[in-house]
Amino acid sequence: MASEGSYRQYVNIGILLMALTVITVAAAQFDFGPFNVPIALIIASIKATFVALYFMHLKHEDTMTWIFATYPLFLLFLLIAFSATDIFTRVLN
Amino acid sequence: MSTDNEKNYLENGKGFSSWFFTTDHKRLGVMYLCGIGTFFIIAAIASVLLRAEHLSPGRTIVDAHTYNVLFTLHGSMMVFLFIVPGVAATFGNFLIPLMIGARDVIFPKLNLYSFWIYCLGAVIFLFALAAPADTGWTFYTPYSIESGTNVILITLGIFVLGFSSILTGINFIVTIHKLRAPGMTWDRLPLFCWAAYSTSILQVLATPVVAITLVLLIGERYWGLGFFDPAKGGDPVLFQHFFWFYSHPAVYIMILPAMGIISEIIPVFSRKPIFGYKSIAYSSLAIALISFLVWGHHMFTSGQSKLINIIFSAITFAVAIPTAIKVFNWLWTMYKGSIELSAAMLYALAFIFLFTIGGLTGLHLGALASTIHLHDTYFVVAHMHYVMIGGTLFGLFAALHFWYPKMWGKMFDEFRAKIAFVFIFIGFNVTFFPQFIMGTLGMPRRYYNYDPEFTIFHQISTAGTWLMALGFIFMLYNFFRPISKTAEANPYKSKSLEWSIPSPPPTLNFDEIPTVTESTYAYGNKIERET
Repeated sequence: MASEGSYRQYVNIGILLMALTVITVAAAQFDFGPFNVPIALIIASIKATFVALYFMHLKHEDTMTWIFATYPLFLLFLLIAFSATDIFTRVLN
Repeated sequence: MSTDNEKNYLENGKGFSSWFFTTDHKRLGVMYLCGIGTFFIIAAIASVLLRAEHLSPGRTIVDAHTYNVLFTLHGSMMVFLFIVPGVAATFGNFLIPLMIGARDVIFPKLNLYSFWIYCLGAVIFLFALAAPADTGWTFYTPYSIESGTNVILITLGIFVLGFSSILTGINFIVTIHKLRAPGMTWDRLPLFCWAAYSTSILQVLATPVVAITLVLLIGERYWGLGFFDPAKGGDPVLFQHFFWFYSHPAVYIMILPAMGIISEIIPVFSRKPIFGYKSIAYSSLAIALISFLVWGHHMFTSGQSKLINIIFSAITFAVAIPTAIKVFNWLWTMYKGSIELSAAMLYALAFIFLFTIGGLTGLHLGALASTIHLHDTYFVVAHMHYVMIGGTLFGLFAALHFWYPKMWGKMFDEFRAKIAFVFIFIGFNVTFFPQFIMGTLGMPRRYYNYDPEFTIFHQISTAGTWLMALGFIFMLYNFFRPISKTAEANPYKSKSLEWSIPSPPPTLNFDEIPTVTESTYAYGNKIERET
């Protein structure tokens, strides 16, 4: 069963998330060419990880919950990997 | 005994509100049954009209647009309102707490909300019938973006229905983890629960993808976002990737619970322990896993790359392994058993026969060479119906007969049930087997008109639907005219927990939570003689 974090910890994570939001907005002011989307996705993923670990208590959960929580990431990887393989290898048809 | 548990679940409250606001898993199962039953009848009537249209080439009873509307209505209603919630929501709700020795699911209110969401989705879906979609149940772009029909409303209905599916799945997963009675270890868990557990994983993980896909489609139609529009840098095939990422696992959402039912019925009427319990249980999980890896086999002729076609084809053949494990284990369970050909057992045997044909013809479609010829022909229609109807529907009918005494506390007429079975079984094969031949000869599916050379096949197929319809009507008549107003607690001498309590079950199921001391499948001459 999850043990809840302290009030101070939640506030710190909240501040961190806001800081990452500021970084997202700041990063959008610059043109990184093909890295625009990856940079935005990386920052968003870091934020999502903090939300899952602390606000959704995943950090304190047992193995079974971790399996259920991370398996969809594997499926997301499959969806992107197979679709991308199709799109980027059609030229070979 | 508590006062609440003196009444059975059917007698515990009367009137609309006692049902519509109930959190009793059994009543919710019955309400789902009424819901899916209604939509099955509407969709089946659409299919009879579709087949009647094909009695002769050209116009027979409806025009081309009405034909398109009818097959969209038939397909989308059968898939999203009948088969997907079908066995899982009805018998999953009714049976899982009973089988694991619990008094209800772990989140009874969430269970009720799931049912309400199902009702809401169904109402939205029905509103869409004011200008029904003509896209087919797959809503492929670019036509679904351009069609002037109610694509948005029908997809919104399916989007809402998806939430019902997800919430039900979460409820079942947690229920099976947390509410098993003492002694109900994972290796004693009834195989129907294993199947429902695997199905729930698929419901929770795959359904959000189709929900997002349908939102993208709505955004495409409203705001021209361009995800699927090549003119804006999009890709219509990407829609198919997203759609089938859900819809192939959805095939297993439909079929896995039916496989669970067969695993329950075969040992009871063979009086033998299930053969290969663990391999059947784990094959359900294997199917759930592999089903996420094969969606591209629906897209072999879509312009998908050769490389990914090869990958998807190879993985597709892998699905045959866990499926075959189940079939061989069922056959071996029956080997040298004391087989009783009850109506439920007949439907279970028909399931094995028809599902095997459906599965084996799937190999032709999974092979890259033959699928080019067979794709989008009636061969696919026949294959799909042998799996979905021959599989899921026959599984559902087997369950309706097997658990009829438990659900209603009455007994139906076995002889009449067998007559209905004969009509349905023969009617099914007369309807769909000629479609394999038609498809092989090149008859495309979804076509309003056809060449005269196909007339005889279409006419035989249409006659089959009439036989099936007669069988369905007779089966319903039999259910509504029971021969006995009372049923024993355990008329089939099953070892499963749901049969250890009266028929119909008391409101709170068990007076005391039972302690499980042996396998659910401890049948067999030797074992039964000792007990």
